[in-house]
Amino acid sequence: MNTIVVAQLQRQFQDYMVSLYQQGYLDNQFTELRKLQDEGSPDFVAEVVSLFFDDCAKLINDMSISLERPDHVDFKQVDSGVHQLKGSSSSVGARRVKNVCIAFKECCDVQNREGCLRCLQQVDYEYKMLKTKLQDLFNLEQQILQAGGTIPQVDIN
Amino acid sequence: MGMETESQFHVLAVDDSLFDRKMIERLLQKSSCQVTTVDSGSKALEFLGLRVDDEDPNVLSTSPHIHQEVEINLIITDYCMPGMTGYDLLKKVKESAAFKSIPVVIMSSENVPARISRCLEEGAEEFFLKPVKLADLTKLKPHMMKTKLKKESEKPAKEEESEVSKPEIEEEEEAVIEILPLHQELESEQLETMVSSSSSNKRKAMEEVISTDRSRPKYNDITTSV
Repeated sequence: MNTIVVAQLQRQFQDYMVSLYQQGYLDNQFTELRKLQDEGSPDFVAEVVSLFFDDCAKLINDMSISLERPDHVDFKQVDSGVHQLKGSSSSVGARRVKNVCIAFKECCDVQNREGCLRCLQQVDYEYKMLKTKLQDLFNLEQQILQAGGTIPQVDIN
Repeated sequence: MGMETESQFHVLAVDDSLFDRKMIERLLQKSSCQVTTVDSGSKALEFLGLRVDDEDPNVLSTSPHIHQEVEINLIITDYCMPGMTGYDLLKKVKESAAFKSIPVVIMSSENVPARISRCLEEGAEEFFLKPVKLADLTKLKPHMMKTKLKKESEKPAKEEESEVSKPEIEEEEEAVIEILPLHQELESEQLETMVSSSSSNKRKAMEEVISTDRSRPKYNDITTSV
């Protein structure tokens, strides 16, 4: 095991993780999520996050169909989708996605189709952005493990 | 072999969202609980052994095939579910004679005070706001402990509509009666070991027998009373 390489990768991982929190992509709930991962469930975070992104794609698709025709918008369906998205993003610690959902719900409550469409576009952008960021994070994790090192515990204050 | 580890708690988790089920399952496992997850209130009732009448969903009867091997120490359920809500499930559990002692916890992503108080009034032990954290689950242990201790002390005195309890009581009474003759056999065994043992324990054993012998009446004087 090349200890210098491992130390460098660990440092990279730590810095990247901290930046994700500082830039508001992740919040404390992501830290809670990491607590649930252990030797018995070593891929828990990756699995849950993957489930979340699958949910995002499906819900966004369903909502866009509901919002498609200006004269025939199913706001009930949209509201249900936003509710689910807000719930799961909150559970995962996906802070930016969650915040868009809050604004999205407000547009839905007043049946503002234009507002909803803007929020839909934004939530789509945010979840895809987070997906790439977390992919980079998981790749770093893999590199550390392959180099024979351990994933550092990152303290977010 | 085949003995059940009675020390582990078994929780039934109810949530219609796959994502949330995965989360609560991991949270509970990490808190050393055994978990069963179901995706609806009606499935939860089925698992418990409460049969829902197809014609009138308000009529609940205890299924003859109660899952007696699976003892549920706590039910944790989401509030917002299609069909039967968590609140509806809570009511049904508390209305059933067989299961009303099982503590129920409600989870919700929405902080609605009226909703929370309604659930607590109906008998929910706790109301958790989602996302549920590991620290929240530490509140569950005391509720689950209560039912375990309660069950152990309630065993002979249980008043049940089901027919299972009756034979249980009779068996226990018989067991009590059998202890006394065994007691006599034990004492003769002790004397035998004292005579045959060649180690330094012999003296100790002798001393013990002698000391107990003084306080105890001789064999032929013992009268067994039921």
